[in-house]
Amino acid sequence: MRILVRGGRLVDPASGRDEPADIAIASGRIVRIGRAAQPLEFDAERTLDARGLLVMPGLVDLAARLREPGREHEGMLESELAAAAAGGVTSLVCPPDTDPVLDEPGLVEMLKFRARKLSRCRVFPLGALTRRLEGAVLTEMVELSKAGCIGFGQADRAVRDTMVLLRALQYASTFGYTVWLRPQDAWLGGGVAAQGAVATRLGLSAVPVVAETIALHGIVELVRATRARVHLARLSSAAGVALVRAAKAEGLPVTADVSINSLHLSDADIGYFDASARLVPPLRQSADRDALRAALADGTIDALVSDHDPVGADEKNLPFAEAEPGATGLELLLALALRWGREQGLPLVRSLARVTCDPVRVLGDALGPLGGSAGRLVEGGVADLCLFDADERWTVTPGQLLSQGKHTPFAHASAGAPLEGRVCATLVAGTVAYERGSRPAGAPRPA
Amino acid sequence: MLQLDAEALYAELRQGVRPLLQAHGSDAVLVGIWSGGAWLAERLQRDLGRAGGHGTISSTLHRDDFAQRGLAAGGDATKLPFAIEGAHIVLVDDVLYTGRTIRAVVNELFDFGRPASVTLAVLVDRGGRELPIAAAYAAARVVLPASHRLRLARDGEGRFTFDVRDAAALR
Amino acid sequence: MPARRNPQLNAHGELIHLLSIEGLPRDVLTQILDTAGTFLSVGEREVKKVPLLRGKSVFNLFFENSTRTRTTFEIAAKRLSADVINLDIARSSTSKGESLLDTIANLSAMQADMFVVRHAESGAPYLIAQHVAPHVHVVNAGDGRHAHPTQGLLDMYTIRHYKRDFSQLTVAIVGDIVHSRVARSAIHGLSVLGVPEIRAVGPKTLVPGDLAAMGVRVCHDLAEGIRDADVVIALRLQNERMSGALLPSAGEFFMSYGLTAERLALARPDAIVMHPGPINRGVEIDSRVADGAHSVILPQVTFGIAVRMAVMSTIAGNAA
Repeated sequence: MRILVRGGRLVDPASGRDEPADIAIASGRIVRIGRAAQPLEFDAERTLDARGLLVMPGLVDLAARLREPGREHEGMLESELAAAAAGGVTSLVCPPDTDPVLDEPGLVEMLKFRARKLSRCRVFPLGALTRRLEGAVLTEMVELSKAGCIGFGQADRAVRDTMVLLRALQYASTFGYTVWLRPQDAWLGGGVAAQGAVATRLGLSAVPVVAETIALHGIVELVRATRARVHLARLSSAAGVALVRAAKAEGLPVTADVSINSLHLSDADIGYFDASARLVPPLRQSADRDALRAALADGTIDALVSDHDPVGADEKNLPFAEAEPGATGLELLLALALRWGREQGLPLVRSLARVTCDPVRVLGDALGPLGGSAGRLVEGGVADLCLFDADERWTVTPGQLLSQGKHTPFAHASAGAPLEGRVCATLVAGTVAYERGSRPAGAPRPA
Repeated sequence: MLQLDAEALYAELRQGVRPLLQAHGSDAVLVGIWSGGAWLAERLQRDLGRAGGHGTISSTLHRDDFAQRGLAAGGDATKLPFAIEGAHIVLVDDVLYTGRTIRAVVNELFDFGRPASVTLAVLVDRGGRELPIAAAYAAARVVLPASHRLRLARDGEGRFTFDVRDAAALR
Repeated sequence: MPARRNPQLNAHGELIHLLSIEGLPRDVLTQILDTAGTFLSVGEREVKKVPLLRGKSVFNLFFENSTRTRTTFEIAAKRLSADVINLDIARSSTSKGESLLDTIANLSAMQADMFVVRHAESGAPYLIAQHVAPHVHVVNAGDGRHAHPTQGLLDMYTIRHYKRDFSQLTVAIVGDIVHSRVARSAIHGLSVLGVPEIRAVGPKTLVPGDLAAMGVRVCHDLAEGIRDADVVIALRLQNERMSGALLPSAGEFFMSYGLTAERLALARPDAIVMHPGPINRGVEIDSRVADGAHSVILPQVTFGIAVRMAVMSTIAGNAA
């Protein structure tokens, strides 16, 4: 379909453009981007009225669980990809800890096939680094890569045997694959809350900071030894940030991300044992949060992720330590990226980079030809766009979320989570994947 | 507003209680209901020249309004320095109204033993009974609107006065 | 983030559940202690019952075994004329996979008015309190490491009984504090009541430095910890500590931290020794001290029944 996005303010972090411009789309690609404030002449079948809205590249979320394979009977893929589109996310990376684990090419192909059919969001699965994530036997990484895996990881399950981890990195780096690792020591990381005054007061088993730093030291040494590319998933501490900063300064091929939860919240948000705040990694203290915010600003941390996980009510309505960790996030990612950017005093082209072109840079060659235009607005590139109202205040309540995961530590029970910045429409490959308050095609937006 | 001379009524009460106690001689004991009745009992014991001590009893633990109002004050006020078993008890209170306090106090009394008899003497009977309870002696009988609260007060020198308030007027 | 209302209090600041001593206003605490005094005297009457909870059903829901605590709650509830039902959950439907909330819902359907809950996980009673009907009250009989508020209250009652004035006291808590809900509740109670010096005594594995954030002075040397103390609370040492690489042996613990008569001599001459029970003789306390003149361990048990009566009657009388 030929679509004209008219009257919006174009924000493209990759090029630094932030100015009013129209966008013309055809055959799933951006064919023309207008001059500043000069309306485009384009014969469109549909015009999206973007006056008062910002038009940015579709968000690229490096961590979102879809729970498929595993929850097909609950329609998880459908609901979670709809949630992604509602969140303005046009590409997402999902971890391999599905059921069964993504360690067979057939499972990866099936997932990609089902996702493609839904046309809501591009899905880039991470393959398992070891069979069944057990940390013992390597997976067929080449086969998995051909099936569509853009990297390999262990989700939250540490590889205890350092020899296996070393070999895995060597093997992966043979083919230039990126290995995604959660820096969490297997033995020290068993607690349910971050070590500190809150965990002590609440009597919750604690995860000390050294669980992250010891793991980081080990990973950094292995990277030095193998020169494998490693992406560090979900930093949580100031000490961890310092180690990553030093590793990058040394020129090691590491990248890192942080979740929306760790970026904005602290262990105080556990309140009275609120299981919505049961997360991995656990929420740490405000000093850690401040370090993470600064690190995302200065580029030590490359990407902001939703760390989305649609945990069900049955899994959350349990005593804190028994509750399953995880929170919904796809529909909150944009607003929380904007909030962070505002609080850091960053211009939009800087703050939104962390959810568009920077995650694409982390993915590197793995995206293939798509890498040339994913996460950016460029003539000839894919038409993955997000139209949003940066000033709109709204409250996220369970009823409004499209995700089947209704739990987020940002919301207080029935009060909901107050957010600023809301997606109005999302396009994937030039198709409208989401439109708020769907109007008939071609109808103007009410003033 | 009704004016009641508490001291004058007390003098009447002292006269009225005498025969109730004399009817049972040395087995008769005075027990005052906390808090106004306890003040009365204390002074009666002294003014009537009676040997031994008076008892104080609280309705708190047996009240029937626990579910609505929670645990009231005075829970530890019950002090009975004599055996209840076989005793002839003269209960004394400042105001008799619905009769529920008396019912609770009698229940509390029976937690301590089986008295031979229980009679009631009050300063003021204001009617409005909700239970089949009667005073053997009342120094005054008055009728007050339901919104009026009537309570005995005692000053630093032990002189009694009546405190009458209209709860409706306070709003 | 907006402040969350303390789930133990209703909109008028009255106690409707007892989940933890932390966050309770001082006057709520002292009122419970005063009420406990009343019930102590009831315990000395011939008829030890009062009808305050008559017609109410109290369900003792113990997910962790404890005959002692459950028995004191049962006695307390019966003295308030309540009907008591004891549920030994380890052998019932929860072990068949029924969730905690489903268990509560089923029991509520049997017209339970009050749940007394002991659970292995910190925070479980909060989850229950969030999900019960407005007229149902929850008493935490111990949740994981987090709180044992009735024990904390009876400990405060005991100290008040023997020492009267909290504002001049030095209290030493000795043993496995990091895993102890009794210790946490005692620390909160002592803080609220204004005790100026609270010491946490034990090895670093059991008394880590970040306990100081709770307002205690951390001491790793027993002599330093109990010097001039008015009150010494000895905690039970559990066998699991040995398997978790926290301690080598009970014997070694006794060598450095066991409360012996010699060590007790460092405390004030009129110091009292407390213990939540059951005691491990020769591990945290030696028999001479446990049975000696300073020990108030048995009176603690008597006070415990009165305190639990006070808690149950207080919350039952307040509407959500």
